[in-house]
Amino acid sequence: MSYLPLINLRTGEHAKVAHIAAGRAATKRLYEMGFNTGAEVVVIKNDTGPVIVGLFGHKVALGRGLAEKMLVSKK
Amino acid sequence: MPKTVALAGNPNSGKTTLFNALTGANHHVANWPGVTVERKEGQFRCGSDVYTVVDLPGIYSLGAFSEDELVARDYILSGEPDVVVNVIDATNVERNLYLTTQLLEMGANVVVALNMVDEAESLAMSLDAQALSKRLGVPVVPTVASKRQGIDQLMAAAVRAAADPSVKRKLDLSYGQSVDAKVTQLEKLLKDRDLVYPPRWVAVKLLEGDGQVLKMVEERLTSQDVEELRRVCEEAAAENSDLQLEIVDGRYRFIQKVTRGAVARPKKEVPTLTDRLDKVLTHRFWGLPLFAVIIFAVFQLTFVIGQDLLGGLVGEGVGLLGEYIDGLLARANASELLRSYVADGLIGGVGVVLEFIPLIVILYTLMGLLEDSGYMARAAYVMDNTMRKVGLQGKTFIPLIVAFGCNVPGVMATRTLENKKDRMTAILINPFMSCGAKLPIYLAFIAAFFPKYGALVLFSLYVLGVLVALAMGKLFGRTLFKGESSHFIMELPPYRMPTLRNVVRNMWDNVSSFLVRAGTVIFVVVSLLWVLAVLPAGVEPYGSESILGRVGAVIAPVFAPAGFGTWQASVGLFAGVAAKEAVVATLGMVYAGVEEGVELVSALQKAFTPLSAFAFLVMTLLYTPCVATLATIKKETGSAKWAFFSAGYAFAVGWLGAVLVFQLGRLFGLS
Repeated sequence: MSYLPLINLRTGEHAKVAHIAAGRAATKRLYEMGFNTGAEVVVIKNDTGPVIVGLFGHKVALGRGLAEKMLVSKK
Repeated sequence: MPKTVALAGNPNSGKTTLFNALTGANHHVANWPGVTVERKEGQFRCGSDVYTVVDLPGIYSLGAFSEDELVARDYILSGEPDVVVNVIDATNVERNLYLTTQLLEMGANVVVALNMVDEAESLAMSLDAQALSKRLGVPVVPTVASKRQGIDQLMAAAVRAAADPSVKRKLDLSYGQSVDAKVTQLEKLLKDRDLVYPPRWVAVKLLEGDGQVLKMVEERLTSQDVEELRRVCEEAAAENSDLQLEIVDGRYRFIQKVTRGAVARPKKEVPTLTDRLDKVLTHRFWGLPLFAVIIFAVFQLTFVIGQDLLGGLVGEGVGLLGEYIDGLLARANASELLRSYVADGLIGGVGVVLEFIPLIVILYTLMGLLEDSGYMARAAYVMDNTMRKVGLQGKTFIPLIVAFGCNVPGVMATRTLENKKDRMTAILINPFMSCGAKLPIYLAFIAAFFPKYGALVLFSLYVLGVLVALAMGKLFGRTLFKGESSHFIMELPPYRMPTLRNVVRNMWDNVSSFLVRAGTVIFVVVSLLWVLAVLPAGVEPYGSESILGRVGAVIAPVFAPAGFGTWQASVGLFAGVAAKEAVVATLGMVYAGVEEGVELVSALQKAFTPLSAFAFLVMTLLYTPCVATLATIKKETGSAKWAFFSAGYAFAVGWLGAVLVFQLGRLFGLS
């Protein structure tokens, strides 16, 4: 299974979180918000500006820099 | 001693709605000791018993990332609350249970309010509160706080839990084999020490690298023990670089077990109203212009309702009251001096400020509607690109929006920014956002010079404030606070119908603090200025020979290049440092004193030209923040240096802005 950054996903694509390669604090915060290993996410909006991700049926906006550092496996 | 119920929950979980529903009109707002985090406290009655309800800050976790989290954790650990009501959003159970899990690990006496079950139902989710309760080991009560459903059952459960704390259960989680081994190892070292907190919890926190807990341990154990603890922690971190994340994973594994079969979403998600609204409101092209339109509409409505419909009502009332009191004083043969103090000082000064109450009520109501609906998070979202361009991030815009109401909570709201650069910049540019107290100044001048273009002038001032804030943000990023802005992580909560109770209460909190200021700071300033205006004895009150006039005349030349080098304007600006409303109060006083019966508006028309009036508005928009804001800056930055810096550089920026407006305007033949 190969991983790719979240930012490469298109609107509507589903994926599972595999690894977050951001700084310590940001990574932990993301984990605590539910973006932990294996969490299922769906990209709701990815054009300009932060990427909007669906998690547990709710929306979280992630800065583009962060979306580059979040590695996921496409479903 | 009444028992205490603490409310804990994620942001947007409906915690404030529940607090408002529980406490009715009965609440007061203060700060937690030592920090500027807001502490809301109210009373709740159950039969003949009275309970104190404390609203904790909205948080995602009980780590020690931010002051909010620390305050909440310390308070729960202090043992003061007899029961913690944990409000969780029924549409987002999984993430909300993270905080619940941490509360249980801590050994708190928890009752869960499964809030907004109506919304979960409309999303065709199925929830089994009984199963959740059984697996968590604490009561779980379904509620709809906005409709007051389930409140009685919830509080009955809370009262039961408060009466019998012995049933509370401390949760011991497994975080995976390797982590568990370390936890046990640490726990052994911590056993039977005078730690106050459960040893296992302390062990987990130490592994999570929690600085606060480490400090506590250092204070209570011998240096030898601390050395040993450190060694184990360092060893654990060296063996497993993902240790902290595995602990979080452990909590989510527990949550998965708890929710399995008890929380189910429909397989195929139907697009909700939120999805449809977001398609438009966060659109890559339309998002930003729509944000501008919405804010403009807020100002336009403020004028239409606050000024055209209700405006003048309070003014007339104040006028009638003034005449009535003056009549009484005249009949009682009161001295000229007292009559002048009441008529010019109190009625002319404080009264002028009160006339703007209808506008402020409307503005805060509309802002509250936006906030309660969930739109503010979208505003930060659409602003992210713009903020990035000046080296900041979208979340930095939220404290700036808060500042539209008042800079004091605006500066405090920067606490949600984890990154120092973001936070310091957001604090220092915060005062450029036009606060509600400056509104009366704009409105008085708009009435005098730009009655037809009220909303436009107002909008242009607010936009100018934002632009200056962004420009200074960029400048600070290049000079004082270099470095990367932190990442943008923000929840976009579903749009919700604002509840009347929340909006009204939020508005009233703001308006009442406005009234309190009118009765205290502004009253004192006005009284002081009045004294200076009638001394030395024998001079014409409010004349240029009075102390006030002479001091003003000394400062006045500074403002001559900006077109308002009069002693009255100088005194007004000076008074504005105490509180911005005092600018209008002072102008009302010094101009009303000139001739009997002259309204502020016509006095302003004589003293200013449209151009110098606009320059004056730019000055008031940008110059030195009020003392309350400066004090908050000192507190939040932990240093008086930044408060002085803020006072000084804002004055320079304001002066420069006013001079530019006036001189450029003249170049283009305006007057």
